[in-house]
Amino acid sequence: MIEIDEELCKGCGICVDFCPLKVFETSEKINSKGYYVPVPVKEKDCVGCRLCELLCPEFSIIILNE
Amino acid sequence: MADQKDKADKRRHRLFKYLRKEVLPTAFCPGCGCGIVLNCYAHAVDELQMDPNDLISVTGIGCSSWIPSPYFMGDTLHTTHGRPIPFATGAKVTRPDKTLVVIAGDGDLIGIGGNHLIHAARRNIDIKVFMVNNLIYGMTGGQLAPTTPAGVPTSTSPYGNVEHPFEIAELVAAAGASYVARWTTFHVFPLMESMQKALTRKGFAFIEIRSQCPISYGRRIGKRTGTEALQEYKETAVRAQEAAEMTPEELAGKIVVGRLAERDKSEFTANLRQLNDEIRKKDAGRRPEDWSIS
Ligand SMILES: Cc1ncc(C[n+]2csc(CCOP(=O)(O)OP(=O)(O)O)c2C)c(N)n1
Ligand code: SF4
Ligand code: SF4
Repeated sequence: MIEIDEELCKGCGICVDFCPLKVFETSEKINSKGYYVPVPVKEKDCVGCRLCELLCPEFSIIILNE
Repeated sequence: MADQKDKADKRRHRLFKYLRKEVLPTAFCPGCGCGIVLNCYAHAVDELQMDPNDLISVTGIGCSSWIPSPYFMGDTLHTTHGRPIPFATGAKVTRPDKTLVVIAGDGDLIGIGGNHLIHAARRNIDIKVFMVNNLIYGMTGGQLAPTTPAGVPTSTSPYGNVEHPFEIAELVAAAGASYVARWTTFHVFPLMESMQKALTRKGFAFIEIRSQCPISYGRRIGKRTGTEALQEYKETAVRAQEAAEMTPEELAGKIVVGRLAERDKSEFTANLRQLNDEIRKKDAGRRPEDWSIS
């Protein structure tokens, strides 16, 4: 399961660009700081590799494998 | 606001026990590598199941110096510019039971604090240094650093840098550190493993982390996003084993990553303690007026 804390996100797009399975897309949704947050549009394709969790500079993404 | 905080708290984020979550989101610019280094550090400590109370994180001045302070939970020393290693040295000598971690920038550790770094490596003191090398003085607006590549325009070299940069990991390895590695903010898994290795290995351990400063550095070289920098790291990284077979011409523009040195060597604070014990034993019962130099 992919959990995104939208309020921590700064919309840098690293998760969108580096997920090997292209799970994320930038959305039209803006958080309270004015950043466009990503959405895991292909969450079903996620294999739980945790690359996005480690690459996110803001601790915004958590992969819950349990 | 309160229910946002509640929501974040409920996220079962196993890492949050290592972070002062009340100060998140970080003050770093969007896409900055400092957040990735913090993330890898928290993951490394979590994988080792270390008690954050056994760690003392020491730092200096700069954006990278904000990684342990205020974001990392546990004891932190936020010291003056360039001096985290001397402070960490004092802490390690007096509290050998603690794991001393220095996280700071290239400007701090090899610019103003360069001498401390090479001498700590020479002494092989049991301190772990994670140096965030973003090739610039980020916090102060992008002035030339001793790590800035030749030719690059900065706010203090608008026509391009005429100097040659330091290869810091190689310098620290030559100075005698017991563990030296270089990774980038793209190489998050090996970086996390390398941090675990450094945290558990006795002696002076140094990891140079090539990291992006999209705002004060990237902007001037046409790489305004974190993504562009990570893409560059992905494309230009060469493993140390492969680099050993390559010519300097082939290595131009490449980033050598991996372990650069690992050696067993006696450790400074242990040597100091042993000497102290021996002298105390030998001198037991002697009064100061009995002491002679010869
Ligand atoms: C003694 C002293 N000299 C200069 C400064 C100004 N200063 C603050 S941060 C900094 C550079 C930090 O560069 P670096 O360590 O690479 O960190 P970055 O911001 O790039 O992460 C400088 C020169 C200072 N604070 N103290
Ligand atoms: S990597 Fe993190 S901060 Fe950047 S867009 Fe994705 S969730 Fe947001
Ligand atoms: S100025 Fe550079 S190093 Fe500092 S927070 Fe911004 S991107 Fe990061």
